[in-house]
Amino acid sequence: MSDATAASPIPTAHPRGKSSLFEQDALTRRRNAAETRFRLYGLTAIVVSLVVLAIMLFTIFRDGTSAFRQASLSFPITLDAAILDPNGNRAPEDLAKVTTIGYGNLIGQQFANFLAAEGIAVEGITDRDISGMVSRDAPGRLRDMVLANPALIGQTIDFTAYATGRIDGYLKGRVTMETAQLDSNVSVEQLQLADLLVERGILSVAFNSGFLTNPDASDQRPESSGLGVAIIGSLYMMVLVLIFTLPVGVAASIYLEEFAPKNRLTDLIEVNISNLAAVPSIVFGILGLAIFINFAGLPQSSSLVGALVISLMTLPTIIIATRAAIRAVPPSIRDAALGVGASKMQTVFHHVLPLAMPGILTGTILGLATALGETAPLLLIGMVAFVTNYPAGPLEGGVLDPATALPVQVYSWASRSDPAFIERSSGAIIVLLGFLVIMNVAAILLRRRFERRW
Amino acid sequence: MDDMRLVERTVEQLQSKIEAKGVQVYYGEKHALKDVDVAILDRTVTAFIGPSGCGKSTFLRCLNRMNDTVASARVMGSIRIDGEDIYDARVDPVQLRAKVGMVFQKPNPFPKSIYENVAYGPKIHGLAANKAELDSIVEASLRKAALWNEVKDRLDATGTGLSGGQQQRLCIARAIATSPEVLLMDEPCSALDPIATAQVEELIDELRSQFSVVIVTHSMQQAARVSQKTAFFHLGSLVEYGETGQIFTNPKDPRTEAYITGRIG
Repeated sequence: MSDATAASPIPTAHPRGKSSLFEQDALTRRRNAAETRFRLYGLTAIVVSLVVLAIMLFTIFRDGTSAFRQASLSFPITLDAAILDPNGNRAPEDLAKVTTIGYGNLIGQQFANFLAAEGIAVEGITDRDISGMVSRDAPGRLRDMVLANPALIGQTIDFTAYATGRIDGYLKGRVTMETAQLDSNVSVEQLQLADLLVERGILSVAFNSGFLTNPDASDQRPESSGLGVAIIGSLYMMVLVLIFTLPVGVAASIYLEEFAPKNRLTDLIEVNISNLAAVPSIVFGILGLAIFINFAGLPQSSSLVGALVISLMTLPTIIIATRAAIRAVPPSIRDAALGVGASKMQTVFHHVLPLAMPGILTGTILGLATALGETAPLLLIGMVAFVTNYPAGPLEGGVLDPATALPVQVYSWASRSDPAFIERSSGAIIVLLGFLVIMNVAAILLRRRFERRW
Repeated sequence: MDDMRLVERTVEQLQSKIEAKGVQVYYGEKHALKDVDVAILDRTVTAFIGPSGCGKSTFLRCLNRMNDTVASARVMGSIRIDGEDIYDARVDPVQLRAKVGMVFQKPNPFPKSIYENVAYGPKIHGLAANKAELDSIVEASLRKAALWNEVKDRLDATGTGLSGGQQQRLCIARAIATSPEVLLMDEPCSALDPIATAQVEELIDELRSQFSVVIVTHSMQQAARVSQKTAFFHLGSLVEYGETGQIFTNPKDPRTEAYITGRIG
């Protein structure tokens, strides 16, 4: 301190003048004002994003919840042996000769007869209008029932069939008498009859599990379309993505973080992994189309190809998350393990990996959640197809069968012309959101379960 | 330096355990350790003292090749333990570290149970044939580390839940569980309060009967209290090495004297 004496004189007391602690000086006021402003900015940002989120969820749920409820008609049907089994021998091959057209006529006729017998009638309605209220999905369903159980032939059964999309829309308020006058697909008389049928309990709206289990259906019968194939496809893809990415991602991260020498090559690899995470997903779709379908010859629209493409996309995310988790393990733990004579691999597998596990699992699940909502690459590999057959079980090569995925189904329904698909695409979004919430909750629970302090 | 024990301090051992000759360490371009020659005796506590950055920890980490984990570190010269060069190509550092245990500056128990902490070393080195043997190793190690009585009823409790001093003794127990021949301690008490420090120091003195202990310390009082031999490092060189009493009362090198009296550091 000896060199400080000559120069600067010690400042005299009270450079700011005499002041009271009870009064804020100008500088303090400015600082406090800046702090208040900053807090307000932050608060505004959060409020704005919450409001936007709330609006989005509100519209989705407003439009989508009705997709889970569906109008259906129940009435007795006498399965006339003369029509369904003209040869009278109940042979499966003979039964199969009767097409859905035959069943359709039977249903229409029986429904009209039933209404006549019950004395339910609307002036000016034709039999054609009456049978037109039953979904075009019904004949196929009845035929499947009969083929599965030929003993039903000749009996009278209680049959429940979807009402057509327009009748369903009328009960949900989407279709009105005014719109019906302009609509060639539904007549005012049909709606009047629907009112009567509701009174008699023949037509009713109830929870429709078919929305979750049925395969997709065409514009002709939106009421019978469901997410069955999409859910199976998404499920297959997620499981495959997990199988493909977790081992590869974790192995790559461990190698890069713990074993790889730090040189130009590993730097290059690191930069490229980060870059890959930022590549637009549609590019991966083109890659998948070129490599997996055109070059490797895997079947298009299959969940295997979808999973491979999404794995490529998810891998960088998982590697980045895993490396961050491994890096977050304190070096003192590695020192401790090496210090007692553990080998590098023992150190990693006995100590580093268990501690990094919560981070790895969270990163993986969040990566999978992003992958679950991925649409663009799937469009290019043909998963936007119209698939009405369920893929086979996973062990019977179901991953090679054509399938769709939930987000792709949303996209495909949103672009259909029939208004009944509006509620269905919102409903599909709700299902997708449900899966995402489940995955995120799983991530949080796993994190809690594995979290340890050091 | 009026500790009475200094006077009666004698070095009974004459057989050297570790012999270092011409050890040079570079971290990249930086010459961290310059030409260190030292012979560390068996069953003796040797203290390394010196100002921060003088190379004493670097040298300690050479003795069990922990410097191998630093990519930029290069070690030259020879370090022999019982006449075997530990930097020989045939030496597996993993085997070496079982023989040369280490206790670190900050207590770093594994986030596992107390039992697992101590049992880990014997397990990976196959020192116990069965559970009973492992149990006895754990008990013996914890007893030697003067921790047994405090934790015997909660061996399943997590090691990180112990107090700082207990954690450090747990780390010592973990280090001696593999029955090393040399125990390296890198400022083992710097994160501990005076009471825990006293316990660890007492422990070090007891460990001397079985191991050759090398301790790096910033506290000259601690060096004086626990060690028989002291080495003073300065700017990467070994300035003076001798019996602790002699170093503290009658240093030969003016730099040692300056450090001990608080003029450099």
